[in-house]
Amino acid sequence: MKLTLKIWRQKSAQAKGSMQTYPIDGIDGDMSFLEMLDVLNTQLIDRGEEPVVFDHDCREGICGTCSLQINGEPHGPDRLITTCQLHMRKFNDGDTIVIEPFRAKAFPVIKDLMVDRSSFDRIQQAGGYVSVNTSGNTIDANAIPIEKDKADEAFNAAACIGCGACVAACKNASAMLFTAAKVSQFALLPQGRVEATRRVLNMVEQMDKEGFGNCTNTGACEVECPKGISLENIARMNREYLAASLRG
Amino acid sequence: MGLLKSSVARKVAMALSGLFLVFFLGQHFVINLSSVVDPDTFNSWSHFMGTNGLIQFVLQPILIFGVIFHFVLGFRLELQNNKARAIRYKSYKGQLSSSWASRNMLITGVVILAFLGLHFYDFWVPEIVHKYIESHPADAERYFPELVHKFESPVRVGLYCLAFVLLIFHLWHGFSSAFQSVGFNNKYSRGLKGFTRLYAVLIPLGFVFIALYHHFNQLHH
Ligand code: SF4
Ligand code: FES
Repeated sequence: MKLTLKIWRQKSAQAKGSMQTYPIDGIDGDMSFLEMLDVLNTQLIDRGEEPVVFDHDCREGICGTCSLQINGEPHGPDRLITTCQLHMRKFNDGDTIVIEPFRAKAFPVIKDLMVDRSSFDRIQQAGGYVSVNTSGNTIDANAIPIEKDKADEAFNAAACIGCGACVAACKNASAMLFTAAKVSQFALLPQGRVEATRRVLNMVEQMDKEGFGNCTNTGACEVECPKGISLENIARMNREYLAASLRG
Repeated sequence: MGLLKSSVARKVAMALSGLFLVFFLGQHFVINLSSVVDPDTFNSWSHFMGTNGLIQFVLQPILIFGVIFHFVLGFRLELQNNKARAIRYKSYKGQLSSSWASRNMLITGVVILAFLGLHFYDFWVPEIVHKYIESHPADAERYFPELVHKFESPVRVGLYCLAFVLLIFHLWHGFSSAFQSVGFNNKYSRGLKGFTRLYAVLIPLGFVFIALYHHFNQLHH
């Protein structure tokens, strides 16, 4: 497969970036998108040029490290997968592929296609956990019976891998889907109820502080999310937030 | 902005003020529709709305406040949202994941606001002048002829129809989205969405119908 890649190149966080064009040949349909970039980087290194920096780790769709806005969509044209799971057979010989970093004020570019998503970590640290007494009296989580429906819903919310595609897809660069998933996975479980009030208040406060936009329910996040996190989580977070505000 | 300090609170405020305006639109429609069915009913309802103290001095200011609130907050949110993505994408395919209506609430909203300006100038200002400045005696028969007269100019009727078509888009997204914002998303949401979309299309088209009806009716006579 012969392709033309238009890639955002930016030397550092402070530098001004621009789109650069790279023709590439010999791409196999069975390669993943990241393997295609590996091929490009090998060629760049051979030519003595700087390789393109991009985020990746597990390369099997579970860590949430890979990103990339591919032809105007986070994680590319396919649904319910991450960039590392995207196959090159989704593209045709002769295609031009535009590759940009996830864009949001709260996701500043570090270099080329790599962005700093530590704003998500800070939202998580603001309340996305359950405090456990580990002095030796810890009760086994399974000792508390949980309705199957609730357990499933909590599990679905917990499937969020924190990739940031929801933010990248949203015209407002809002982080509601991510934050809502993290709030929901605990809100649905009895162990999570104990700290429910301060969790939702603190996580929303942190989300706003990071400079993400306001959610206007366009629903783009849900469509582009590689893990199929549902908008129902956002409604749940709004309910949780309202109830928590009333409780104080 | 105390109460509206968080993005979730602002979202809920946008939803509640929007729902209030949707409700107002519905009752406005019922009154307007009566002008097609029976001019006498239209006159008596309009007279009631125009002279009842509670409506004039309590509900009307609340409504005006509601419109301004919804617009000012919406505009502020849009500015904030623009800032949240300072560097734009070269290629952004929002149409693959969201509706045009949902992405262009500002555009449809601004057109509706411009229309409301015209509407104020057309109906509200003359009403206030008539009643409170020139202090004409109450005349329960004047409303219908006034209404029909306003639909004489084809330009005005054209603008009127255009604004209502854009209102369809605004409501198409806004009405159902308001329920999601206040946290209502459950097994009834599908049915509710159907209702809101029906409302979003039928009510504005109803207003368009009424305008065209009066416009063409007077050409006949
Ligand atoms: S909600 Fe989906 S798109 Fe957003 S961070 Fe989680 S997995 Fe990624
Ligand atoms: S590299 Fe881990 S999800 Fe893609």
